Amino acid sequence: MKHLLSVDDLDGADRIDEVMRLTDAFVEVSARTIPRVPALRGKTVAWLFYEDSTRTRLSFETAAKRLSADTMNFSVSTSSVKKGESLRDTALTVEAMGVDAIVVRHGSAGAPHRIAQWVGATVINAGDGWHEHPTQALLDTYTIRDKLGGLAGRHIAIIGDIKHSRVARSDVLAFTAMGAEVTLVAPPTLLPPSLEGWPVRVSHNLDAVLPTVDVAYLLRMQRERMTEALLPSLREYTACYGLTTRRVDLMDDKAIVMHPGPMNRGVEISAEVADLPRSVIVDQVRNGVAVRMAVLYLLLGAGTDLVAPDQEPDRS
Amino acid sequence: MSERQGTTVIKGGRVVDATGERAADVLVQHGQILAVGPDLDGDAVIDAGGCIVAPGLVDLHSHLREPGKEEAETVETGARGAALGGYTAILAMPNTTPAIDSAGVVREVLELGASAPCDVHTSGAITVGRAGQQLAPMAEMAALGVRIFTDDGAGVQDNRLMRRAMEYASGLGVTLAQHCEDDALCGGGHMHEGAWSSRLGIPGQPAEAEELMVMRDIALARLTGARIHFQHLSTAGSVRMVAEAKAAGLLVTAEATPHHFTLTDACCASYDPVFKVNPPLRTDADVAAVKAALASGAIDAIATDHAPHTTEDKEQPFDEAPPGMLGLETALALALTELDLPIAQILALLSWRPAAILGIGHVHGGPVAEGAPANLCVIDPSATWVVDPVALASRSRNTPFAGRTLRGKVRHTLLHGEPVVLDGVAQR
Repeated sequence: MKHLLSVDDLDGADRIDEVMRLTDAFVEVSARTIPRVPALRGKTVAWLFYEDSTRTRLSFETAAKRLSADTMNFSVSTSSVKKGESLRDTALTVEAMGVDAIVVRHGSAGAPHRIAQWVGATVINAGDGWHEHPTQALLDTYTIRDKLGGLAGRHIAIIGDIKHSRVARSDVLAFTAMGAEVTLVAPPTLLPPSLEGWPVRVSHNLDAVLPTVDVAYLLRMQRERMTEALLPSLREYTACYGLTTRRVDLMDDKAIVMHPGPMNRGVEISAEVADLPRSVIVDQVRNGVAVRMAVLYLLLGAGTDLVAPDQEPDRS
Repeated sequence: MSERQGTTVIKGGRVVDATGERAADVLVQHGQILAVGPDLDGDAVIDAGGCIVAPGLVDLHSHLREPGKEEAETVETGARGAALGGYTAILAMPNTTPAIDSAGVVREVLELGASAPCDVHTSGAITVGRAGQQLAPMAEMAALGVRIFTDDGAGVQDNRLMRRAMEYASGLGVTLAQHCEDDALCGGGHMHEGAWSSRLGIPGQPAEAEELMVMRDIALARLTGARIHFQHLSTAGSVRMVAEAKAAGLLVTAEATPHHFTLTDACCASYDPVFKVNPPLRTDADVAAVKAALASGAIDAIATDHAPHTTEDKEQPFDEAPPGMLGLETALALALTELDLPIAQILALLSWRPAAILGIGHVHGGPVAEGAPANLCVIDPSATWVVDPVALASRSRNTPFAGRTLRGKVRHTLLHGEPVVLDGVAQR
């Protein structure tokens, strides 16, 4: 595997399991006093972020540093991209700096795929338009595995704006590859126009779905959807699809609540529900670093010792 | 001897035109066909052994990009590609900068085309600036020979304005051509809306956005009695409605592009914008419907929608890149390779039917007969070749057929008797 552009690049449960086992090892590393290993010493990872993203970029950056990789940030807002440089020219420029991997976040679906067609470096998709966000799906998979012991046979409801969600597309692929049953819960206006080939069920009735779920996965509801005639109002959305304390009571005691962040408290999730012990949103963020270490190691670290402590003095 | 001076004979070919097929030599002099028959001699000989000798092809839909976007194409380079593709006449679309919406710009394009290796006709915009607000001066453009008006690149959205345009056009005896697309329904879409767009996370353009405008224009054609030509039909529903409108006796014609009978939305999975086009590549069922309509005659013509874009413009993410594909140099070969139709029927779709729609049947696409203008192409129907974007005459490289092996190659093209393409090489 050269690139991680889609969850499909992992080619099913075996490779996802490999990422999970690697993540276990990096969770252990992250708990050390000096959470750093030399696995990617001498490798350079560049961030090419065309969209603002504090959490995903910080998570990747922390992961790379804990693996002793050098990092480089290509800040699009201050770069030649603003001066009209083409995507290809920008990608070739970044590659020419001598990078081993480029982590791409772009508002256009497929932008990381295009870059992967042009450069020799490894390309990691950190979110492309409505398309995919594979490392988010891997950290979600890891968190569910960690909390519930596995995904096989589990029932996961993904609730909210599926249509515009790269998280939902990647999660569906990862969760179903791991043997979970997935139900998409949304009004028809927030579902993709076609679900042909998606191994999922669909419901427009959250109350009816919640009693059978092991995971309620909430998506961020964006305010601009109101102007596109997709919803009458945010208030009506919350009334029909918001996870309130009343609705949480419909869930099994052991069922968990997840959210990719950033949350709109009071819209898709009530403030009280967000703070319940069953809400594992902070665990998702924490696991994100270890999962991204696993992904970087898998793609760049072949042949190096996985978790040997960093013996060299830190000169940085 | 003097009456034979300056003659050229196209020797050893099989003539195919609207009247039928026959083995015959064609003798050409002073831009006209002097004789058609066995064993003719001339000063110059053009070998047509094993080839079809046919009326030159006519394209109803070429984006020549001049004025305004000369880095992508010019009238001259577009016309050269057309000649290499077997065309002797092409119709320029009006979405240039400025738009072809006045006598001045019409004159400019016609002047640029006057020395081109292919007859260049131009359409005119229906509305000023193709903005869909106010009728363009159709009469002043018609006076310069414009016979087809379109806002191509966009459809006329406003129902009342389209009705008035049809009424006005019928008074001038000109045809309106429509790019059928309801903007409100497709707003922000970049590919066919369906299973692939949903999976790829690319905003979609539903088939119904095209079909709604086809439906509306058929209704308005019934209301006004105007002549309407539907451009680049791409959906099974559009094709069905146009067939019904024809059966009902309305003055309706239609075209389809080679890419809409050869490619589907699955191509977009590569995220390569070379597959981005408007109307978008549709489904297998739509491709089958378009092919069936070409066979039945429900669709009258194959038109290229030749739409050059620079490499830089296509080296952007899918949703940022402009839509459009090259077509003039591959259309005939794609038709011969992909359509299971007799050669005469394919030539009807590419030559005499579009010539009739454009109102130039007396100059292009007519029978290969004594006294007719010598606008001809010589096609080797069995030659195979591989599409190489770099080898194309277009200034742009955005062919979605790169690397594809096609059958059928244009050997020679004669424009008003002058060999503008010989042995597959442009002569000017």
